[in-house]
Amino acid sequence: MTWTIYLNVVIQGVLTGLVYGLMALGLSVIFGVVRVVNFAHGEFAVVAMYVAFLLFRSLGLDPLVTMLPIAALFFIVGFALQTTLINSFVGRPEHDQFILLVGIAIIVLNSLLMIFGPDAQPANLPYAFDSYAIGPVFIDKVRVYSAVAALAIASGLFAFFRYTATGTAIRACADNLTGAAVVGLDVKRLYAITFGIGLACVGAAGALMVTIADAAPSLGPAYTLLAFIIVIVGGLGSMAGALVGGLLIGVSEALSGFLIEPSMKSMFSFALLIAVLVLRPHGLLGRRA
Amino acid sequence: MIELWRGLGSRERGLLIGFLVALVAAPLAVDRYLLSVLTLILYFAYVGQAWNLMMGFAGQLSLGHALYVGLGAYVAALLWFYFGIGPWLGVFAAVAVAMAAGAIVGWLGFRFGVEGVYFALLTIAAAEFTRIAFDHLGFAGGSGGLFLPYEERRLGEWWNLRGGQVLFYYLALILAVGGVIVAARLARSRLGYHWLAVREDEPAARSLGIDAFRAKMTAVLVSSGMTAVGGVFYAFYNNNLFPGQVFDIGRSIELLLGPIVGGLGTVFGPVVGAFILTPLGESLIVLTQKLGIDAPGVKAIFYGLILVVIIYLRPSGVWPWLARILGVAERAR
Repeated sequence: MTWTIYLNVVIQGVLTGLVYGLMALGLSVIFGVVRVVNFAHGEFAVVAMYVAFLLFRSLGLDPLVTMLPIAALFFIVGFALQTTLINSFVGRPEHDQFILLVGIAIIVLNSLLMIFGPDAQPANLPYAFDSYAIGPVFIDKVRVYSAVAALAIASGLFAFFRYTATGTAIRACADNLTGAAVVGLDVKRLYAITFGIGLACVGAAGALMVTIADAAPSLGPAYTLLAFIIVIVGGLGSMAGALVGGLLIGVSEALSGFLIEPSMKSMFSFALLIAVLVLRPHGLLGRRA
Repeated sequence: MIELWRGLGSRERGLLIGFLVALVAAPLAVDRYLLSVLTLILYFAYVGQAWNLMMGFAGQLSLGHALYVGLGAYVAALLWFYFGIGPWLGVFAAVAVAMAAGAIVGWLGFRFGVEGVYFALLTIAAAEFTRIAFDHLGFAGGSGGLFLPYEERRLGEWWNLRGGQVLFYYLALILAVGGVIVAARLARSRLGYHWLAVREDEPAARSLGIDAFRAKMTAVLVSSGMTAVGGVFYAFYNNNLFPGQVFDIGRSIELLLGPIVGGLGTVFGPVVGAFILTPLGESLIVLTQKLGIDAPGVKAIFYGLILVVIIYLRPSGVWPWLARILGVAERAR
C-alpha cells in the first residue's frame, strides 16, 4: 500500500515540523517585538543541543527533562545579552544590528567548533528506535514526545502573551512603541524579557532537537536559515504563523527527502520561501507592517 | 574622470597619489605571501564596492551576493573548461548571466513590494537555492567541484589569465581602482541621486516623479554585473570551484563586512574596510600560531569579537572617522 508510506512520511514531517516551529517561534517573537533579526538564532539552538547532549551523556538526564532548565538558562542568557549589548543597537540601522548579530553568531559557532570539534555527535537515546503502531502507520516515539513538548511550550507562550500583565505589556510595545513608552512601560526591560523568551524557545527546541538529530556545529547556520524560512513563510511576528510555517517546512522536507533526494530537501524549502515571498510577501498569517 | 580629479583638494590628491604609487610599486618590495594578501584585499575592496553600490547607495540590503560571484565564476570557468573560450570573452557571458539572476531577484522583490529584511532573506534564498542546484549539476562538477586545468605550457598566456601572483595582483588592483572610479562617478550622476533619494525616503522620491522601481532595478543590475567580474577573477585565480564554497552564505557575509566596517555609502569605505579586515584575519592566523593556540575556530572567535567591537564603537564605519583625522572630506552620503 503506497499511501501508507506517504502517510508515514507526512506524519513524521508534521512532528519534526512542530519542533522546528518552536525554534522559529523564538525568532518570530524577537523580531515582532524588538524589531531585531536574530542572525545567531540557529547557533544558539545548537548550543542548546550540546548542553542537552552533555547532560544526557554525563548524567543520563533525558533531554525531555532537561529541556525546561535549559530553557530557563537560555532565558537568562537572552536577558543579559539584550541588556548589555543589543539594547544599544535598537533603533540603529538594520545593517548595524546585522553585523552585531553576525559577530555573535561567528563567536558562538566557532566556540562550539573549538570545544566539540566538527564531527556530529549522536545522543543515542535508549528509546530512539521505539515506535507506536497505529494500523499500518508507524510513528517514532521520540518525535511524538518532542512534538507534544513543543506544542505544550508554544501554548504556554500563547497563554503568557494573552493573559498575563507582562505579556500584555510586551504586546503593547510591539503594537505601538511610542504609546507604550508614554504610558510608562519600561521598554528596555520588556525588550530584555522578550529576547530572553525568544532564546528560551530556542533552548527548549534545541534540547528537543537532540532527540531527532545529531549535534554538530555546522547545523548552526543551517538552522538559522531554516528558522528564517519558517518565519517568513508563516509571517514574521505572527506566533501561530511560526508553528504553521514549521509544519509546512517539516512536511515539505520530509516529502522531498523521500521522493527526490535528501540532499535536495532544503532546495524545496527555499523554493517555497521564494513562492511565498512573491505571492504573499508578509507570510501566510502575517499582517502588513 | 577629469571632473572627479578637479573635484579633489590638493591634500586629497597627494594622499591618493601616494597610496596608488605604493600599491603599484608593492610587488617590488613585498614577498609572495604578502602579495597574495594584498591581492585578496584588493579583490574584497572591489566586490565590496559592487555590494556598496546596491546597499550603500540605493539602500537595498543584499545578503546573497555570493550568487553573483558564483555565477560569474562558474560561467567563465565552464566556457574555458569546455570550449576554451578565454576569460576576456567569458566575462561578458558571466556578467550577462549574473545580471539576469540579479534581474530575477530584483523583479521578484521590487515588483511585489518585498522590502528591507524580507528582501534580504529573498536574496539569501536565491543564493542558497542556486548553491544546492549547482551541487546537483553534473556538467559543472556537482558538489565534487570544478577544477580548471593547470597546464605548464599555458602559464605564460597572461591574456587567458594563466599566470602567476603578480599578474593577478595587478588585475585585482585594476579592478579595485576601477570600482572606486565607477562608484565616484555614479555618486555624482543623475542615477546616483535617484538612488540616494530612494534610499532615504522612497515615497517622497516617488512623489517627485522618480521611478523607484527602475532605480532599484538598475542598482541590482549594476551591482550584480560588477560582482560577476569579481567572480571571473576568483575562478581563474583559484582554479577550483565548489558550490558549497562559492555560493555559501558565509561568502556573502564576508563580502559585505568590508563596506559596512569601512563606511557604508562612501566611495572609499569598501577599500578601507578591506584593508582593515583582510589583514586582521591573516594576522590572527599568524598570531594564534605563534601563541600556540591555533585550534580550529580560535581565529574566527577573535574576528567575531573585533567585528562586534568595531560596530559598537564606530557605527557609521571607520572611513568617515579616518577621513576627518586625515583632513580629507568624504562624508557618508
